[in-house]
Amino acid sequence: MRAQLAVPESIKKISDTVWEIPASYKPGMLVPARIYATEKLLKEMDAGVFDQVTNVACLPGIVNYALCMPDGHWGYGFPIGGVAAFDAERGVISPGGIGFDINCGMRLVLTNLTYEEVKPRLHELVDSLFYRIPTGVGSTGFIKLSFSEFEELVEQGSRWCLKKGLAWPEDLELTEERGCFAGADASKVSRKAVERGFDQVGTLGSGNHYCEIQVARPENIFDGNTARAFGFTVPDQVAVMFHCGSRGFGHQVATDYLQVFLDVMERKYGIKTLDRELACAPFNSPEGQAYFAAMKCAVNMAFANRQVILHRIREVFSNVFKKSPEALGMSMAYDVTHNTAKLEDHTINGRRTRLLVHRKGSTRAFGPGMEGIPERYRETGQPVIIGGSMETGSYLMAGLSTGAGAFYSTAHGSGRTMSRHQAKRTYRGEKLKRDMEARGIYVRSDTWGGLAEEAGAAYKNIDEVVEATELAGLSKRVVRLLPIGNIKG
Amino acid sequence: MPYRYLEDIATADVAFEAWGKDLGELFAEAADATTNVMVEGLASIKRKETIDIELRNPELDILLYNFLNELVYLKDARRLLLRAYDITVEKEWPDFRLKAKVSGEAIDHARHRLKADVKAVTLHRLSVRETPEGWKATVVLDI
Repeated sequence: MRAQLAVPESIKKISDTVWEIPASYKPGMLVPARIYATEKLLKEMDAGVFDQVTNVACLPGIVNYALCMPDGHWGYGFPIGGVAAFDAERGVISPGGIGFDINCGMRLVLTNLTYEEVKPRLHELVDSLFYRIPTGVGSTGFIKLSFSEFEELVEQGSRWCLKKGLAWPEDLELTEERGCFAGADASKVSRKAVERGFDQVGTLGSGNHYCEIQVARPENIFDGNTARAFGFTVPDQVAVMFHCGSRGFGHQVATDYLQVFLDVMERKYGIKTLDRELACAPFNSPEGQAYFAAMKCAVNMAFANRQVILHRIREVFSNVFKKSPEALGMSMAYDVTHNTAKLEDHTINGRRTRLLVHRKGSTRAFGPGMEGIPERYRETGQPVIIGGSMETGSYLMAGLSTGAGAFYSTAHGSGRTMSRHQAKRTYRGEKLKRDMEARGIYVRSDTWGGLAEEAGAAYKNIDEVVEATELAGLSKRVVRLLPIGNIKG
Repeated sequence: MPYRYLEDIATADVAFEAWGKDLGELFAEAADATTNVMVEGLASIKRKETIDIELRNPELDILLYNFLNELVYLKDARRLLLRAYDITVEKEWPDFRLKAKVSGEAIDHARHRLKADVKAVTLHRLSVRETPEGWKATVVLDI
């Protein structure tokens, strides 16, 4: 089922990193589809990407192109790595363009410690993170909330954490949308969603969710000035990156509204889609607006979740190094979201136009000077955090002013190429842990099988993915971060 | 084997096929396939608690989707690992009606060998169909 055969014959090369499938490829396409990738990455993409991105091109109100990022692979409805903007007046909103794990995202936290300082305490740090940050199936957080307190949390996101002493004021400034999507309305969320999520704040989840201790080697700094602006100021500086989302709460919000949209889409709005996972409703409809308000609650839950986990990480470092988190320089570099729909103004045919931009497994990458990024990053462009596999490393990148063609979006990670079963057959969790330890990476996991599934070779080459985004003018490399410790669910 | 995991249709997630001589058996096997993604060794789940589930839907595949989503919901909301017993699915025009007793117990980290968390049941390639041998379903889970 590999690859070379998957690329449609009618695909047209627009540049070395942009490929277009014309609107004539499939009946119903309203716009062409564009894939951002090098030729090599394009050929490695599975057939699902081409099928799904062209299905997205059929959705009412889509503007310019249905897009897929270089780390794209098969998903539900949209491919992972899918980006599509819809006219806010005439377009639709689709949970399939956002994903079940609403606001799954990445947060990067700095320290002023070097690798030499951390190395002797690495096992203690990782073990302590593993005990203090609940992972895996059925885990619950240390914050005990009533349903009504939880509803307050999902309407306020990181602001709730600040009030409870679980955030520094600057954390909010350094989170996309200041850690709260305005307009979240808990009355649009089902009781079931609240029941699934109210005791999961501060938990990592499982699958590809992780928390990783990383090092910025001097040879892996690509742009010194920007690296300094993002907080990397000493050689071999240690940072902590983590990846998680809105847990059962967000999953239930997506599940609930998929049903609502399936029910009304054709009957009430006369919309037909090529895949039930693309169920949608006009953005300007009671159902569309209700989902948008509920989705924002899930977005805010994820921001709060990552904020509480950050609080735990600061506690762990503080306990191990017997210094306050402030003295350890544990400021955030940034927090980015992967799975959202956002109202943004973009220039379409010379006119500023309000669009609902769906990004699924894709990061917003606003360039220098753009509204909506923290003041301190106005000159550099926003930080973009690209999580790689636990073996190979990750990237901190910066948004560019040349990303307009992709609505200022970029990749989100490396993207799987090997199925979870195949990875488990190929790798043994115990051996992988030993091999990684021999290479200086100490890892803790709830499950050996789960560990094997996340082996580096199960993913695309992260270096190729980020290089493709840079060649395409979507984001540029700033720092490559190497893993030294990892906990995964 | 009453269910098997499929490799080629869900790179990042889990897909399975389940079989049953009737719809009740099929739904019970699909429930086991879902729970087995989260925990190794279904025999380790004791029958301490029983919940009655009743659902109806005009589409058989959506009925299965709703049933499995109910198990995912109970896993988070009540931390329950569940298997289906005494399950019937019957046509009751214009719907299909499901009546099930699901039994199990709360997650016990000491005793249950936990694997991946199921986030959601998806509609991707979801199908329930009749075959000469009985019934067969295909389901993809987001994990």
